[in-house]
Order: sequence, then C-alpha cells, then structure tokens
Amino acid sequence: MENLILFAVLMTVGYISGTILEKHHLTSIREREEQMVSLPTIMLKKPLHEEGIKEVKLVGGSVVISIDYFKKIVASLANLFGGNIATYETLVDRARREAILRMKEDAKDASEIINIRIETSSISKNANRNVGAVEVLAYGTAVWR
Amino acid sequence: MIITNIEYIPGKEIVEHYGVVSGSTVRAKHAGRDIAASIKNIFGGELKGYTELLSESRDEAMKRMKAQAASLGANAILNVRFSTSSVAAGAAELYVYGTAVKAV
Repeated sequence: MENLILFAVLMTVGYISGTILEKHHLTSIREREEQMVSLPTIMLKKPLHEEGIKEVKLVGGSVVISIDYFKKIVASLANLFGGNIATYETLVDRARREAILRMKEDAKDASEIINIRIETSSISKNANRNVGAVEVLAYGTAVWR
Repeated sequence: MIITNIEYIPGKEIVEHYGVVSGSTVRAKHAGRDIAASIKNIFGGELKGYTELLSESRDEAMKRMKAQAASLGANAILNVRFSTSSVAAGAAELYVYGTAVKAV
C-alpha cells in the first residue's frame, strides 16, 4: 500500500514538474531560435561562397537532459505494446534544438556555420542506479567573413 | 591553431600532412552528481552537472589533441570528429580525432 502511494506521488510530481519544465524550455528554445534565425546552419561541407573568408573555427554546444518519472513509466509501458514513445520524442527533440542553439550562441557573430554534425548518446544504465538522460552534442565549422 | 571539421581551410593551402592526431579522456561521474542526477530523474529538466562535466572533458580531450598536433609541427587540424562511448559502468570516454596538417 505504501509503495502504491509513493508510486502515485512520484507519478504526479513527475508529471507536473516535467510538464512545467518542458513547456518552459520549449518557450525559451522558440524565443532563442527566433533570435538566432539570421545565422545560417548548413550541413554542406563547403561554405556558400569562398570570397572574403577571414577565419574558420570549430564550434560546438552540448546539453544533457534528464527524463522525469512520468516519462519513464509511460515509456516502460509503451515498451510492452510497441509503437511510438511520444514522451521521449519531445525529450530528444528539445535536447537537439538546445544543443544547436548553444552551438550558434558559441559563434554569434559568424556569418554561417557549415558541416554540422549532431551526435546523440544516452547516459543511462549506470553502475547500479539508472540515470536516464540523453546527451546531444552539435558541432560544426563557423565561418567569419 | 586552426581547427575545423571541414576538409580544407578556405583561402589557405595545405603543404604537409602529419596523419591522424587524437585525444581522449575517460571521466567517471562522481557520486554527488549521481545522487543529484537521480533526484532530477524524478522531476526532469537539464542535468547541468553532467553538461558541465562532459564539456570539460571534451575540452581536455581537445587540448590533448592540440598538444599532439603541435608536437608534430602542425598548425591546423582538419576534419575533426567527436565520439562518445561508455567504457565501463559509470564512466564515459570522450574521444576526438582529426588530421594534422601544415597550412600556409
């Protein structure tokens, strides 16, 4: 019985705080994406044109985002039935967008960032405890004209 | 030292290749951060401690790669790639590698 109460409490706390934090984060991501929209990020290996390039430099940004209890339980249920795990999709989406934003903020005054690579790794299955988190690293070459 | 992840340096010519240079660090997450992280796992949100730890380690790996390139006499590293793997439980390896060249 006690376990059940604890479970219910954790679910509610996880759901409420997770939803609030996610909303907060998404609003902040949207705002910053609008601010940074003038800096093009390109997956191509070459700059748009070669003239007047003064400097090139590797820039990057990374972020580690944790799951919440509610997401964890929903995901483990979804593991039984299969299908998309929507709660995880928003999590990795947030992490990727945040990493790209941090990379852009690292090179605010650049004219473009080329050859962008995005790498995702999960920091789970720890020694004895399960720390569920996703790490995203975005990097590319910033070009100054 | 010029570091890029493209295959050349715009406006410069590569005169010499020195082969692959790399740097790596293996970091363990310390217990305090692990406890904080497992609490955060209930609430969700960013794990700032881990973000910091990983970017510090990556900087360290970069530093080692740069030192290796400098000792070879290179002044630029091209086509740099990052890779992360978990070698042992609770430890992460951050590996960075690229091609050392001399550019003029």
